Amino acid sequence: MSEEYKAPKAKVKLFDRIFKPQVITIANGHTTVRPRSRMPLIIIVMVLVIAWALKMTNFSFATVFSRINELFVILGKIFHPKWSFFGKVISPLIDTIKMSILGTVIGCALALPFAVLASSNIIHNRVVVSVIRFILALIRTVPTLIIALVCALIFSLGTFAGTLAIAIFTFGVVAKMLYESIETIDMGPFEAMEALGANKFQSFWSACIPQILPVYLSHSLYCFEMNVRASAILGYVGAGGLGITINERIGWRDYNGLGMVLLALFVVVVAIEFFSEYLRKKLS
Amino acid sequence: MKNDTNKKQKTESILAAAEKKLTVLEMYERQPHKWLLYLGIVLVVAVMIGWSASDIRFSGMTATGTEVAKGVLHGVFHPDTNLLFGTGDSDVPYLLLQTIAIAVLGTLFGAILAIPFAFLASTTIMPKPVAYIFRIFILLIRTIPSLVWALMWIRVTGPGAFCGVVTQSVCSIGMISKMYITAIEDLDTKILESLDAMGCTPFQKIRYGVLPQLTASFISTTIYRFDINLKDATTLGIVGAGGIGASLMQCLNSRRWAMVGAFIWGLMVLVLIIELASTKIRRKLARG
Repeated sequence: MSEEYKAPKAKVKLFDRIFKPQVITIANGHTTVRPRSRMPLIIIVMVLVIAWALKMTNFSFATVFSRINELFVILGKIFHPKWSFFGKVISPLIDTIKMSILGTVIGCALALPFAVLASSNIIHNRVVVSVIRFILALIRTVPTLIIALVCALIFSLGTFAGTLAIAIFTFGVVAKMLYESIETIDMGPFEAMEALGANKFQSFWSACIPQILPVYLSHSLYCFEMNVRASAILGYVGAGGLGITINERIGWRDYNGLGMVLLALFVVVVAIEFFSEYLRKKLS
Repeated sequence: MKNDTNKKQKTESILAAAEKKLTVLEMYERQPHKWLLYLGIVLVVAVMIGWSASDIRFSGMTATGTEVAKGVLHGVFHPDTNLLFGTGDSDVPYLLLQTIAIAVLGTLFGAILAIPFAFLASTTIMPKPVAYIFRIFILLIRTIPSLVWALMWIRVTGPGAFCGVVTQSVCSIGMISKMYITAIEDLDTKILESLDAMGCTPFQKIRYGVLPQLTASFISTTIYRFDINLKDATTLGIVGAGGIGASLMQCLNSRRWAMVGAFIWGLMVLVLIIELASTKIRRKLARG
């Protein structure tokens, strides 16, 4: 790119400088420009990335197709659950549900104040907002299983570690969803309350909380749904619940038993999902 | 006739009530009383907490608990820089790239596999019974945890990144097709009718009537899932499906804190960057 080249007043993207836009002359003599399509470039980049990824992961369709029957053998056994195993599933299943309930409640309760502190329309101090958002982002980056493993190493194996891991995960997720919703609320009532002489807390309490509450409950329910699913595997690292049973069944290659565990989980997840979807519809 | 006059009276009375200026106090009293609902919610939550807390006991820290906590903190603040910036096969950059490769391929295959499922399960295109059968099928795929999928696929592919790709391709179908279905059911069919009226062939109808409506939301969904898959790929390593998870687990279990710190830093930076990029692209797509 030569130094003399002066960009026109509008900001020109690097792409348009390299591939000059097509100039079209309209019938009445005016000219207009049409930027070149980005599609070819995107396709080339995608193909290169995919080729690199295929090489990186040693992916081969041949292996998948030639050995896929192995999977169907296992799936076949899973779809013939061993009903007698049901008795042994109940107790860890209830543990899993309890873990997710308590974890969700603790996480959501902690999330509310932090979400308020992280929403820029209520807290005008930009430093506080960005610091808290950054902390929330950091918490969300660590996978739940790793948190659960660290908790299990610190607080002995069992449901307590799982509950703590779920609470931390819920905290990160709910706080993020909540501050995004808080930023879209109508601040008019808040200002009106302040104009009437209410202090910040009073006006927040009676103008913002009624707007936030339904959204907050709906996010919490959504997170609870995810947590039931997630907590089912936390046992894999020793954090209590259904995961221990799943791990044990797979270790013994008892796929019929595994089928029973998964069936029980499926029923519970579907029931909770329907219930929570119904409640969320009512809330909105 | 009588009904009509009744209605008239009713509307008149409502109009009169609306005309009348209410005092603030009267308005306040006319507010719907929701305290009963709130009390109900609080009670239900309280009962649930009581029930669930009964079984989760805090049994104190393990003998090595404080050591672990200190170790993790120490590791995070003093990461092993050789590992963090090395270029070998077991160093952080390589493992992160492998994790990205798993997520890219897993999302791509999942997104492609989800398209037929989504069309088959949308009630606007298929008859209701067929659509519901496919919906249950999609729900089944979603309920089986990704770790279990990985453990099943490992019998087919053997351990390694390959297993991670296949696992994620299957796992992604569930969520991606669920979001595709909503996009398909929101299709504006009037456009198809007008194309029909213009005498377009079915192929033209798909090209100019269906694809432009779907691509933006499909791409947005796929990018969102890539975000999730990347986080998921970091844990799949725990069962031996490649990526950074396996090494992180080993270091945690053998208490090499400096290495743990290096892995956690790598992971955090990667996920943060991808999340920022994906939010930005999706916002652009939503604006059109």
